[in-house]
Amino acid sequence: MQSSKEQAPVFSRAERKARNANLRGRFGLVLYVVLLLLPIYWLVNMSFKTNTEILSGLSFFPADFTLENYAKIFSDSTWYMGYVNSIFYVSMNMVISLLVALPAAYAFSRYRFIGDKHMFFWLLSNRMAPPAVFLLPFFQLYSSVGLFDTHIAVALAHCIFTVPLAVWILEGFMSGVPREIDETAYIDGYSFPKFFVRIFIPLIRSGIGVTAFFCFMFSWVELLLARTLTSVDAKPIAAIMTRTVSASGMDWGLLAAAGVLTIIPGMLVIYFVRNHVAKGFALGRV
Amino acid sequence: MQTKVENNKAWLLVMPVFLIVAFSAIIPLMTVVNYSVQDIFDPYTRYFVGTEWFKQVMLDSRLHEALLRQFIYSFTILAIEVPLGICVALMMPTKGRGASLALILVAIPLLIPWNVVGTIWQIFGRADIGLFGAFMSYIGVDYNYASNPMDAWLTVVLMDVWHWTPLVALLCYSGLRAIPEVYYQAARIDRASRWAVFRYIQLPKLTNVLIIGVLLRFMDSFMIYTEPFVLTGGGPGSSTTFLSQSLVQQAIGQFDLGPAAAFSLVYFLIILLVCWVFYTTIMNMQKDK
Repeated sequence: MQSSKEQAPVFSRAERKARNANLRGRFGLVLYVVLLLLPIYWLVNMSFKTNTEILSGLSFFPADFTLENYAKIFSDSTWYMGYVNSIFYVSMNMVISLLVALPAAYAFSRYRFIGDKHMFFWLLSNRMAPPAVFLLPFFQLYSSVGLFDTHIAVALAHCIFTVPLAVWILEGFMSGVPREIDETAYIDGYSFPKFFVRIFIPLIRSGIGVTAFFCFMFSWVELLLARTLTSVDAKPIAAIMTRTVSASGMDWGLLAAAGVLTIIPGMLVIYFVRNHVAKGFALGRV
Repeated sequence: MQTKVENNKAWLLVMPVFLIVAFSAIIPLMTVVNYSVQDIFDPYTRYFVGTEWFKQVMLDSRLHEALLRQFIYSFTILAIEVPLGICVALMMPTKGRGASLALILVAIPLLIPWNVVGTIWQIFGRADIGLFGAFMSYIGVDYNYASNPMDAWLTVVLMDVWHWTPLVALLCYSGLRAIPEVYYQAARIDRASRWAVFRYIQLPKLTNVLIIGVLLRFMDSFMIYTEPFVLTGGGPGSSTTFLSQSLVQQAIGQFDLGPAAAFSLVYFLIILLVCWVFYTTIMNMQKDK
Protein backbone atom coordinates (compact mmCIF):
# COMPACT_ATOMS: atom_id res chain seq x y z
CA MET A 1 0.00 0.00 0.00
CA GLN A 2 2.73 2.34 1.07
CA SER A 3 4.77 1.68 -2.01
CA SER A 4 1.87 2.25 -4.41
CA LYS A 5 1.22 5.63 -2.82
CA GLU A 6 4.82 6.51 -3.41
CA GLN A 7 4.69 5.27 -6.94
CA ALA A 8 1.68 7.25 -8.08
CA PRO A 9 3.34 10.68 -8.19
CA VAL A 10 6.49 9.22 -9.68
CA PHE A 11 4.51 7.76 -12.56
CA SER A 12 2.66 10.96 -13.23
CA ARG A 13 5.89 12.90 -13.14
CA ALA A 14 7.31 10.44 -15.65
CA GLU A 15 4.21 10.87 -17.74
CA ARG A 16 4.46 14.62 -17.61
CA LYS A 17 8.07 14.31 -18.65
CA ALA A 18 7.07 12.06 -21.53
CA ARG A 19 4.40 14.52 -22.61
CA ASN A 20 6.91 17.37 -22.52
CA ALA A 21 9.34 15.34 -24.58
CA ASN A 22 6.53 14.62 -27.00
CA LEU A 23 5.69 18.30 -27.35
CA ARG A 24 9.32 19.16 -27.84
CA GLY A 25 9.49 16.47 -30.54
CA ARG A 26 6.43 17.88 -32.30
CA PHE A 27 7.97 21.33 -32.20
CA GLY A 28 11.29 20.06 -33.56
CA LEU A 29 9.54 18.22 -36.37
CA VAL A 30 7.50 21.26 -37.37
CA LEU A 31 10.65 23.37 -37.35
CA TYR A 32 12.45 20.83 -39.53
CA VAL A 33 9.60 20.60 -42.03
CA VAL A 34 9.36 24.39 -42.22
CA LEU A 35 13.09 24.68 -42.95
CA LEU A 36 12.72 21.87 -45.47
CA LEU A 37 9.91 23.59 -47.32
CA LEU A 38 11.42 27.08 -47.24
CA PRO A 39 13.54 26.74 -50.41
CA ILE A 40 10.60 25.18 -52.25
CA TYR A 41 8.26 27.92 -51.07
CA TRP A 42 10.74 30.47 -52.36
CA LEU A 43 10.79 28.80 -55.77
CA VAL A 44 6.98 28.72 -55.98
CA ASN A 45 6.79 32.31 -54.78
CA MET A 46 9.23 33.38 -57.46
CA SER A 47 7.47 31.52 -60.25
CA PHE A 48 4.44 33.82 -59.83
CA LYS A 49 6.46 37.02 -60.05
CA THR A 50 7.56 39.08 -63.01
CA ASN A 51 11.28 39.43 -63.58
CA THR A 52 11.25 43.11 -62.69
CA GLU A 53 9.67 42.29 -59.35
CA ILE A 54 12.18 39.51 -58.67
CA LEU A 55 15.14 41.78 -59.31
CA SER A 56 13.74 44.81 -57.53
CA GLY A 57 13.84 43.29 -54.05
CA LEU A 58 12.65 40.56 -51.70
CA SER A 59 8.99 39.98 -51.01
CA PHE A 60 7.32 37.03 -49.36
CA PHE A 61 4.29 37.13 -51.61
CA PRO A 62 4.13 38.18 -55.25
CA ALA A 63 2.83 41.75 -55.28
CA ASP A 64 2.14 41.60 -58.97
CA PHE A 65 0.73 38.07 -59.26
CA THR A 66 1.28 36.68 -62.73
CA LEU A 67 0.82 33.39 -64.55
CA GLU A 68 2.86 34.60 -67.48
CA ASN A 69 5.80 32.32 -66.73
CA TYR A 70 3.59 29.25 -66.79
CA ALA A 71 1.77 30.49 -69.86
CA LYS A 72 5.08 30.78 -71.68
CA ILE A 73 5.94 27.15 -70.91
CA PHE A 74 2.56 25.77 -71.92
CA SER A 75 2.38 27.74 -75.16
CA ASP A 76 5.85 26.96 -76.49
CA SER A 77 6.22 23.44 -77.83
CA THR A 78 10.00 23.39 -77.33
CA TRP A 79 9.25 23.85 -73.62
CA TYR A 80 6.32 21.57 -72.97
CA MET A 81 7.68 18.83 -75.22
CA GLY A 82 10.47 18.57 -72.66
CA TYR A 83 7.95 17.37 -70.11
CA VAL A 84 6.38 14.99 -72.61
CA ASN A 85 9.82 13.57 -73.49
CA SER A 86 10.75 13.11 -69.84
CA ILE A 87 7.49 11.38 -68.97
CA PHE A 88 7.77 9.23 -72.08
CA TYR A 89 11.22 7.81 -71.40
CA VAL A 90 10.53 7.48 -67.68
CA SER A 91 7.44 5.36 -68.38
CA MET A 92 9.33 3.23 -70.89
CA ASN A 93 12.07 2.68 -68.37
CA MET A 94 9.53 1.72 -65.72
CA VAL A 95 7.89 -0.91 -67.93
CA ILE A 96 11.20 -2.42 -69.11
CA SER A 97 12.62 -2.53 -65.59
CA LEU A 98 9.57 -4.23 -64.13
CA LEU A 99 9.28 -6.77 -66.94
CA VAL A 100 12.85 -8.01 -66.63
CA ALA A 101 13.16 -7.60 -62.87
CA LEU A 102 10.08 -9.61 -61.87
CA PRO A 103 11.30 -13.06 -63.01
CA ALA A 104 14.86 -12.34 -61.89
CA ALA A 105 13.75 -11.27 -58.43
CA TYR A 106 11.69 -14.46 -58.18
CA ALA A 107 14.73 -16.53 -59.09
CA PHE A 108 16.87 -14.78 -56.48
CA SER A 109 14.28 -15.13 -53.75
CA ARG A 110 13.43 -18.81 -54.39
CA TYR A 111 16.39 -20.63 -55.88
CA ARG A 112 20.06 -21.20 -55.34
CA PHE A 113 22.04 -21.42 -58.56
CA ILE A 114 25.60 -21.21 -59.76
CA GLY A 115 26.94 -17.71 -59.33
CA ASP A 116 23.80 -16.27 -57.76
CA LYS A 117 25.65 -14.24 -55.13
CA HIS A 118 28.16 -12.89 -57.64
CA MET A 119 25.35 -11.97 -60.00
CA PHE A 120 23.55 -10.12 -57.23
CA PHE A 121 26.65 -8.19 -56.28
CA TRP A 122 27.37 -7.36 -59.88
CA LEU A 123 23.87 -5.90 -60.21
CA LEU A 124 24.38 -3.86 -57.07
CA SER A 125 27.72 -2.58 -58.32
CA ASN A 126 25.97 -1.12 -61.36
CA ARG A 127 23.70 0.88 -59.13
CA MET A 128 26.88 2.30 -57.65
CA ALA A 129 28.70 3.06 -60.89
CA PRO A 130 29.16 6.81 -61.30
CA PRO A 131 27.29 7.88 -64.47
CA ALA A 132 30.19 10.20 -65.28
CA VAL A 133 32.35 7.12 -65.91
CA PHE A 134 30.03 5.85 -68.63
CA LEU A 135 29.21 9.15 -70.26
CA LEU A 136 31.37 8.98 -73.34
CA PRO A 137 31.08 5.24 -74.01
CA PHE A 138 27.30 5.51 -73.73
CA PHE A 139 27.27 8.29 -76.24
CA GLN A 140 29.34 6.26 -78.67
CA LEU A 141 27.45 3.01 -78.09
CA TYR A 142 24.03 4.51 -78.70
CA SER A 143 25.27 6.56 -81.65
CA SER A 144 26.73 3.48 -83.28
CA VAL A 145 23.51 1.46 -83.00
CA GLY A 146 21.50 4.42 -84.30
CA LEU A 147 19.58 5.09 -81.11
CA PHE A 148 21.03 8.50 -80.32
CA ASP A 149 18.35 11.10 -79.50
CA THR A 150 15.56 8.55 -79.06
CA HIS A 151 13.50 7.91 -75.96
CA ILE A 152 14.41 4.26 -75.86
CA ALA A 153 18.11 5.14 -75.60
CA VAL A 154 17.55 7.12 -72.40
CA ALA A 155 15.20 4.44 -71.07
CA LEU A 156 17.81 1.72 -71.69
CA ALA A 157 20.63 3.81 -70.23
CA HIS A 158 18.61 4.44 -67.08
CA CYS A 159 18.07 0.70 -66.77
CA ILE A 160 21.63 0.49 -65.54
CA PHE A 161 20.52 1.78 -62.15
CA THR A 162 16.76 1.15 -62.13
CA VAL A 163 16.95 -2.58 -62.95
CA PRO A 164 19.33 -3.46 -60.08
CA LEU A 165 17.17 -1.38 -57.76
CA ALA A 166 13.99 -3.08 -58.98
CA VAL A 167 15.51 -6.53 -58.48
CA TRP A 168 16.60 -5.64 -54.95
CA ILE A 169 13.28 -4.20 -53.86
CA LEU A 170 11.19 -6.94 -55.45
CA GLU A 171 13.41 -9.65 -54.00
CA GLY A 172 12.81 -8.17 -50.55
CA PHE A 173 9.05 -8.22 -51.03
CA MET A 174 9.01 -11.69 -52.58
CA SER A 175 11.02 -13.19 -49.73
CA GLY A 176 8.16 -12.13 -47.48
CA VAL A 177 5.76 -14.45 -49.32
CA PRO A 178 5.82 -17.93 -47.79
CA ARG A 179 7.13 -20.63 -50.10
CA GLU A 180 4.27 -22.94 -49.20
CA ILE A 181 2.06 -20.88 -51.50
CA ASP A 182 4.24 -21.78 -54.51
CA GLU A 183 4.25 -25.44 -53.61
CA THR A 184 0.48 -25.58 -53.06
CA ALA A 185 -0.10 -23.94 -56.43
CA TYR A 186 2.13 -26.48 -58.18
CA ILE A 187 0.33 -29.34 -56.48
CA ASP A 188 -2.96 -27.84 -57.64
CA GLY A 189 -1.65 -28.17 -61.19
CA TYR A 190 -0.71 -24.62 -61.99
CA SER A 191 2.06 -24.21 -64.52
CA PHE A 192 4.81 -21.73 -63.66
CA PRO A 193 3.69 -18.86 -65.91
CA LYS A 194 0.06 -19.26 -64.85
CA PHE A 195 1.01 -19.40 -61.18
CA PHE A 196 3.27 -16.37 -61.53
CA VAL A 197 0.70 -14.16 -63.24
CA ARG A 198 -2.48 -15.35 -61.51
CA ILE A 199 -1.32 -15.94 -57.96
CA PHE A 200 2.11 -14.54 -57.26
CA ILE A 201 1.88 -11.11 -58.84
CA PRO A 202 -1.37 -10.20 -57.05
CA LEU A 203 0.31 -11.19 -53.78
CA ILE A 204 3.12 -8.68 -54.17
CA ARG A 205 1.02 -5.91 -55.67
CA SER A 206 2.22 -3.30 -53.20
CA GLY A 207 5.82 -4.31 -53.82
CA ILE A 208 5.36 -3.82 -57.54
CA GLY A 209 3.79 -0.43 -56.92
CA VAL A 210 6.73 0.65 -54.80
CA THR A 211 9.22 -0.64 -57.35
CA ALA A 212 7.47 1.23 -60.13
CA PHE A 213 7.60 4.34 -58.01
CA PHE A 214 11.32 4.00 -57.44
CA CYS A 215 12.05 3.39 -61.11
CA PHE A 216 10.00 6.45 -61.89
CA MET A 217 11.75 8.50 -59.29
CA PHE A 218 15.35 7.63 -60.12
CA SER A 219 14.77 7.98 -63.83
CA TRP A 220 12.95 11.28 -63.32
CA VAL A 221 15.65 12.94 -61.22
CA GLU A 222 18.60 11.88 -63.41
CA LEU A 223 19.93 14.45 -65.84
CA LEU A 224 23.50 13.70 -66.80
CA LEU A 225 22.84 10.62 -68.97
CA ALA A 226 19.55 11.91 -70.31
CA ARG A 227 21.21 15.11 -71.46
CA THR A 228 24.16 13.35 -73.04
CA LEU A 229 22.06 10.91 -75.04
CA THR A 230 19.65 13.42 -76.54
CA SER A 231 19.89 16.52 -78.69
CA VAL A 232 16.49 17.61 -80.04
CA ASP A 233 13.76 15.01 -80.35
CA ALA A 234 14.00 13.40 -76.94
CA LYS A 235 15.52 16.21 -74.90
CA PRO A 236 14.32 16.09 -71.28
CA ILE A 237 12.83 19.07 -69.52
CA ALA A 238 15.75 19.23 -67.14
CA ALA A 239 18.11 19.98 -70.02
CA ILE A 240 15.76 22.49 -71.62
CA MET A 241 15.75 24.46 -68.40
CA THR A 242 19.32 25.55 -68.99
CA ARG A 243 18.03 27.66 -71.88
CA THR A 244 16.79 30.34 -69.50
CA VAL A 245 20.30 31.77 -69.45
CA SER A 246 20.55 34.29 -72.26
CA ALA A 247 22.58 37.32 -73.22
CA SER A 248 20.16 39.62 -71.42
CA GLY A 249 20.67 37.70 -68.16
CA MET A 250 18.72 34.97 -66.41
CA ASP A 251 14.99 34.69 -66.86
CA TRP A 252 14.48 33.81 -63.20
CA GLY A 253 10.70 33.69 -63.22
CA LEU A 254 10.61 31.25 -66.11
CA LEU A 255 13.31 29.09 -64.53
CA ALA A 256 11.36 28.96 -61.27
CA ALA A 257 8.12 28.06 -63.05
CA ALA A 258 9.85 25.25 -64.97
CA GLY A 259 11.33 24.00 -61.69
CA VAL A 260 7.96 23.97 -59.95
CA LEU A 261 6.47 21.95 -62.79
CA THR A 262 9.17 19.28 -62.42
CA ILE A 263 8.34 18.84 -58.73
CA ILE A 264 4.63 18.22 -59.25
CA PRO A 265 4.74 14.70 -60.80
CA GLY A 266 6.84 13.45 -57.89
CA MET A 267 4.45 14.90 -55.35
CA LEU A 268 1.51 13.24 -57.08
CA VAL A 269 2.97 9.76 -57.13
CA ILE A 270 4.43 9.79 -53.64
CA TYR A 271 0.93 10.03 -52.19
CA PHE A 272 0.13 6.53 -53.44
CA VAL A 273 3.16 4.85 -51.95
CA ARG A 274 3.58 6.93 -48.78
CA ASN A 275 3.44 3.93 -46.47
CA HIS A 276 5.95 1.89 -48.46
CA VAL A 277 8.51 4.54 -49.37
CA ALA A 278 10.87 3.66 -46.59
CA LYS A 279 10.75 -0.05 -47.35
CA GLY A 280 11.65 0.73 -50.93
CA PHE A 281 14.58 2.88 -49.92
CA ALA A 282 15.79 0.08 -47.67
CA LEU A 283 15.79 -2.07 -50.83
CA GLY A 284 12.92 -4.10 -49.36
CA ARG A 285 14.96 -4.96 -46.29
CA VAL A 286 13.37 -3.35 -43.28
CA MET B 1 17.26 -18.70 -42.52
CA GLN B 2 14.93 -20.39 -44.97
CA THR B 3 16.55 -22.88 -47.26
CA LYS B 4 16.42 -22.27 -50.97
CA VAL B 5 16.02 -24.95 -53.59
CA GLU B 6 19.04 -25.58 -55.75
CA ASN B 7 18.01 -25.16 -59.36
CA ASN B 8 20.22 -23.91 -62.16
CA LYS B 9 17.25 -23.38 -64.45
CA ALA B 10 16.70 -20.20 -62.45
CA TRP B 11 19.35 -18.70 -64.71
CA LEU B 12 16.68 -18.56 -67.42
CA LEU B 13 14.70 -16.17 -65.24
CA VAL B 14 17.75 -14.02 -64.58
CA MET B 15 18.83 -13.95 -68.21
CA PRO B 16 16.75 -10.91 -69.34
CA VAL B 17 18.17 -8.81 -66.51
CA PHE B 18 21.65 -9.98 -67.32
CA LEU B 19 21.30 -9.12 -71.00
CA ILE B 20 19.79 -5.70 -70.51
CA VAL B 21 22.24 -4.62 -67.83
CA ALA B 22 25.16 -6.12 -69.72
CA PHE B 23 24.25 -4.07 -72.78
CA SER B 24 24.34 -0.88 -70.73
CA ALA B 25 27.20 -1.84 -68.43
CA ILE B 26 29.67 -4.30 -69.89
CA ILE B 27 29.99 -2.84 -73.38
CA PRO B 28 30.67 0.72 -72.12
CA LEU B 29 33.00 -0.63 -69.45
CA MET B 30 35.01 -2.53 -72.05
CA THR B 31 35.17 0.64 -74.15
CA VAL B 32 36.61 2.46 -71.17
CA VAL B 33 39.17 -0.28 -70.63
CA ASN B 34 40.07 -0.07 -74.30
CA TYR B 35 40.63 3.69 -74.14
CA SER B 36 42.65 3.50 -70.98
CA VAL B 37 45.54 1.68 -72.65
CA GLN B 38 45.67 3.73 -75.86
CA ASP B 39 46.73 7.17 -76.94
CA ILE B 40 44.02 8.45 -79.27
CA PHE B 41 44.54 11.36 -81.67
CA ASP B 42 41.59 10.64 -83.93
CA PRO B 43 39.58 7.50 -84.71
CA TYR B 44 42.28 6.22 -87.11
CA THR B 45 45.44 7.22 -85.29
CA ARG B 46 45.87 5.46 -82.00
CA TYR B 47 48.79 3.87 -80.22
CA PHE B 48 48.99 1.28 -77.52
CA VAL B 49 50.57 2.86 -74.47
CA GLY B 50 50.14 0.17 -71.83
CA THR B 51 49.86 1.40 -68.27
CA GLU B 52 51.16 4.90 -68.93
CA TRP B 53 47.83 6.65 -68.33
CA PHE B 54 47.36 4.79 -65.08
CA LYS B 55 50.78 5.96 -63.90
CA GLN B 56 49.93 9.49 -64.92
CA VAL B 57 46.57 9.38 -63.13
CA MET B 58 48.05 7.95 -59.98
CA LEU B 59 50.61 10.78 -59.85
CA ASP B 60 48.30 13.60 -60.93
CA SER B 61 48.09 16.07 -58.06
CA ARG B 62 44.82 17.59 -59.30
CA LEU B 63 43.15 14.22 -58.94
CA HIS B 64 44.62 13.66 -55.51
CA GLU B 65 43.10 16.96 -54.47
CA ALA B 66 39.74 16.04 -55.98
CA LEU B 67 39.86 12.68 -54.20
CA LEU B 68 40.72 14.29 -50.88
CA ARG B 69 37.97 16.88 -51.34
CA GLN B 70 35.60 14.05 -52.17
CA PHE B 71 36.38 12.09 -49.02
CA ILE B 72 36.12 15.17 -46.79
CA TYR B 73 32.82 16.03 -48.39
CA SER B 74 31.37 12.52 -48.13
CA PHE B 75 32.33 12.15 -44.48
CA THR B 76 31.05 15.62 -43.61
CA ILE B 77 27.61 15.01 -45.02
CA LEU B 78 27.44 11.55 -43.40
CA ALA B 79 28.39 13.05 -40.03
CA ILE B 80 25.56 15.56 -40.34
CA GLU B 81 22.87 13.56 -42.11
CA VAL B 82 22.92 10.37 -40.06
CA PRO B 83 22.40 11.94 -36.58
CA LEU B 84 19.97 14.50 -37.97
CA GLY B 85 18.03 11.80 -39.81
CA ILE B 86 17.76 9.71 -36.63
CA CYS B 87 16.49 12.74 -34.69
CA VAL B 88 13.87 13.53 -37.30
CA ALA B 89 12.76 9.89 -37.39
CA LEU B 90 12.39 9.85 -33.59
CA MET B 91 10.23 12.97 -33.75
CA MET B 92 7.88 11.75 -36.46
CA PRO B 93 4.41 10.71 -35.27
CA THR B 94 3.73 7.00 -35.59
CA LYS B 95 -0.04 6.94 -36.02
CA GLY B 96 -2.87 8.71 -37.72
CA ARG B 97 -3.14 11.33 -40.40
CA GLY B 98 -0.17 13.24 -39.01
CA ALA B 99 2.08 10.28 -39.78
CA SER B 100 1.13 10.20 -43.48
CA LEU B 101 1.41 13.94 -43.81
CA ALA B 102 4.83 14.00 -42.14
CA LEU B 103 6.02 11.17 -44.42
CA ILE B 104 4.95 12.96 -47.58
CA LEU B 105 6.34 16.34 -46.53
CA VAL B 106 9.67 14.91 -45.45
CA ALA B 107 10.02 12.92 -48.69
CA ILE B 108 9.47 15.86 -51.04
CA PRO B 109 13.14 16.83 -51.58
CA LEU B 110 13.91 13.29 -52.75
CA LEU B 111 11.58 13.63 -55.72
CA ILE B 112 12.96 16.81 -57.15
CA PRO B 113 15.18 16.39 -60.23
CA TRP B 114 18.78 16.90 -59.21
CA ASN B 115 19.42 19.86 -61.43
CA VAL B 116 16.30 21.54 -60.07
CA VAL B 117 17.73 21.01 -56.58
CA GLY B 118 20.77 22.91 -57.80
CA THR B 119 18.55 25.60 -59.29
CA ILE B 120 16.54 25.96 -56.09
CA TRP B 121 19.69 26.56 -54.07
CA GLN B 122 21.20 28.76 -56.74
CA ILE B 123 18.20 31.06 -56.34
CA PHE B 124 17.80 30.57 -52.60
CA GLY B 125 21.43 31.42 -51.83
CA ARG B 126 21.79 34.58 -53.87
CA ALA B 127 22.07 37.70 -51.78
CA ASP B 128 20.01 39.82 -54.16
CA ILE B 129 17.03 37.58 -54.90
CA GLY B 130 17.30 34.61 -52.53
CA LEU B 131 15.88 34.29 -49.06
CA PHE B 132 18.88 32.49 -47.58
CA GLY B 133 21.47 34.80 -49.10
CA ALA B 134 19.50 37.86 -48.05
CA PHE B 135 19.13 36.47 -44.54
CA MET B 136 22.86 35.89 -44.27
CA SER B 137 23.71 39.42 -45.31
CA TYR B 138 20.95 40.71 -43.01
CA ILE B 139 22.62 39.14 -39.97
CA GLY B 140 25.90 40.59 -41.11
CA VAL B 141 27.67 37.60 -42.66
CA ASP B 142 29.50 38.39 -45.85
CA TYR B 143 28.13 35.46 -47.80
CA ASN B 144 28.57 34.86 -51.50
CA TYR B 145 28.69 31.31 -52.81
CA ALA B 146 29.78 32.40 -56.28
CA SER B 147 33.05 34.05 -55.25
CA ASN B 148 34.05 32.71 -51.82
CA PRO B 149 35.30 29.07 -51.93
CA MET B 150 34.35 28.38 -48.30
CA ASP B 151 30.82 29.70 -48.81
CA ALA B 152 30.48 27.64 -51.97
CA TRP B 153 31.57 24.50 -50.16
CA LEU B 154 29.23 25.14 -47.24
CA THR B 155 26.33 25.79 -49.62
CA VAL B 156 26.94 22.48 -51.39
CA VAL B 157 27.03 20.68 -48.02
CA LEU B 158 23.88 22.45 -46.87
CA MET B 159 22.16 21.58 -50.13
CA ASP B 160 23.07 17.93 -49.76
CA VAL B 161 21.86 17.88 -46.16
CA TRP B 162 18.59 19.44 -47.27
CA HIS B 163 18.28 17.02 -50.17
CA TRP B 164 19.23 13.71 -48.57
CA THR B 165 18.57 13.83 -44.82
CA PRO B 166 14.97 12.80 -45.63
CA LEU B 167 16.32 9.50 -46.98
CA VAL B 168 18.04 8.65 -43.69
CA ALA B 169 14.99 9.86 -41.77
CA LEU B 170 12.59 7.68 -43.79
CA LEU B 171 14.78 4.61 -43.39
CA CYS B 172 15.10 5.09 -39.63
CA TYR B 173 11.39 5.80 -39.35
CA SER B 174 10.51 2.46 -40.90
CA GLY B 175 13.12 0.78 -38.73
CA LEU B 176 11.54 2.30 -35.62
CA ARG B 177 8.06 1.22 -36.69
CA ALA B 178 9.27 -2.38 -36.76
CA ILE B 179 9.90 -2.37 -32.97
CA PRO B 180 7.05 -4.14 -31.12
CA GLU B 181 5.18 -2.07 -28.53
CA VAL B 182 5.99 -4.74 -25.91
CA TYR B 183 9.62 -3.59 -25.80
CA TYR B 184 8.56 -0.09 -24.79
CA GLN B 185 6.18 -1.45 -22.16
CA ALA B 186 8.99 -3.49 -20.66
CA ALA B 187 11.20 -0.40 -20.63
CA ARG B 188 8.47 1.60 -18.87
CA ILE B 189 8.14 -1.07 -16.18
CA ASP B 190 11.91 -0.96 -15.67
CA ARG B 191 11.64 2.83 -15.58
CA ALA B 192 14.28 3.11 -18.24
CA SER B 193 15.33 6.65 -19.11
CA ARG B 194 14.68 8.10 -22.56
CA TRP B 195 18.37 7.68 -23.35
CA ALA B 196 18.39 4.05 -22.22
CA VAL B 197 15.37 3.32 -24.42
CA PHE B 198 17.18 4.84 -27.37
CA ARG B 199 20.51 3.20 -26.64
CA TYR B 200 19.33 -0.33 -25.83
CA ILE B 201 16.05 -0.70 -27.74
CA GLN B 202 15.89 1.68 -30.67
CA LEU B 203 19.50 1.95 -31.81
CA PRO B 204 20.12 -1.83 -32.10
CA LYS B 205 16.98 -2.12 -34.24
CA LEU B 206 18.23 0.69 -36.44
CA THR B 207 21.63 -0.77 -37.30
CA ASN B 208 20.27 -2.65 -40.29
CA VAL B 209 18.61 0.32 -41.95
CA LEU B 210 21.45 2.62 -40.96
CA ILE B 211 23.97 0.47 -42.80
CA ILE B 212 21.86 0.66 -45.93
CA GLY B 213 21.41 4.38 -45.43
CA VAL B 214 25.11 5.00 -44.96
CA LEU B 215 25.90 2.81 -47.97
CA LEU B 216 23.48 4.68 -50.24
CA ARG B 217 24.56 8.08 -49.00
CA PHE B 218 28.23 7.28 -49.30
CA MET B 219 27.89 5.99 -52.85
CA ASP B 220 25.63 8.76 -54.05
CA SER B 221 27.70 11.51 -52.51
CA PHE B 222 30.77 9.90 -54.01
CA MET B 223 29.35 10.30 -57.49
CA ILE B 224 27.68 13.67 -56.95
CA TYR B 225 27.74 15.71 -60.13
CA THR B 226 24.57 17.51 -61.13
CA GLU B 227 23.84 19.60 -58.04
CA PRO B 228 27.26 21.29 -57.67
CA PHE B 229 27.47 21.57 -61.46
CA VAL B 230 24.30 23.67 -61.53
CA LEU B 231 25.08 25.57 -58.33
CA THR B 232 28.73 26.47 -58.72
CA GLY B 233 30.06 24.70 -61.82
CA GLY B 234 32.85 23.27 -59.64
CA GLY B 235 34.15 26.66 -58.61
CA PRO B 236 35.11 29.13 -57.42
CA GLY B 237 38.58 27.94 -58.27
CA SER B 238 38.22 24.22 -57.73
CA SER B 239 36.68 24.31 -54.26
CA THR B 240 33.64 22.24 -55.23
CA THR B 241 35.24 20.16 -57.99
CA PHE B 242 34.59 16.62 -56.86
CA LEU B 243 35.63 13.45 -58.64
CA SER B 244 32.81 13.31 -61.20
CA GLN B 245 33.28 16.96 -62.04
CA SER B 246 36.96 16.46 -62.53
CA LEU B 247 36.35 13.45 -64.73
CA VAL B 248 33.80 15.15 -66.97
CA GLN B 249 36.06 18.17 -67.37
CA GLN B 250 38.86 15.90 -68.49
CA ALA B 251 36.83 13.62 -70.77
CA ILE B 252 34.44 16.08 -72.42
CA GLY B 253 36.11 19.41 -71.82
CA GLN B 254 39.68 18.57 -72.79
CA PHE B 255 38.84 15.36 -74.65
CA ASP B 256 41.78 13.52 -73.03
CA LEU B 257 40.18 10.13 -73.59
CA GLY B 258 43.04 7.93 -72.42
CA PRO B 259 43.74 9.56 -69.05
CA ALA B 260 40.02 10.10 -68.46
CA ALA B 261 39.37 6.40 -69.04
CA ALA B 262 42.16 5.37 -66.70
CA PHE B 263 40.76 7.79 -64.14
CA SER B 264 37.27 6.29 -64.60
CA LEU B 265 38.56 2.82 -63.88
CA VAL B 266 40.41 3.86 -60.73
CA TYR B 267 37.32 5.77 -59.59
CA PHE B 268 35.07 2.78 -60.25
CA LEU B 269 37.42 0.41 -58.42
CA ILE B 270 37.42 2.60 -55.30
CA ILE B 271 33.62 2.58 -55.26
CA LEU B 272 33.49 -1.14 -55.95
CA LEU B 273 35.80 -1.86 -53.03
CA VAL B 274 33.76 0.13 -50.52
CA CYS B 275 30.59 -1.34 -51.98
CA TRP B 276 31.85 -4.88 -51.51
CA VAL B 277 32.69 -4.26 -47.85
CA PHE B 278 29.18 -2.94 -47.19
CA TYR B 279 27.56 -5.74 -49.17
CA THR B 280 29.32 -8.48 -47.24
CA THR B 281 28.39 -6.77 -43.97
CA ILE B 282 24.72 -6.59 -44.90
CA MET B 283 24.64 -10.18 -46.10
CA ASN B 284 26.37 -11.44 -42.97
CA MET B 285 23.92 -9.56 -40.79
CA GLN B 286 21.01 -11.18 -42.55
CA LYS B 287 22.56 -14.57 -41.99
CA ASP B 288 22.80 -13.88 -38.26
CA LYS B 289 19.11 -13.09 -38.02
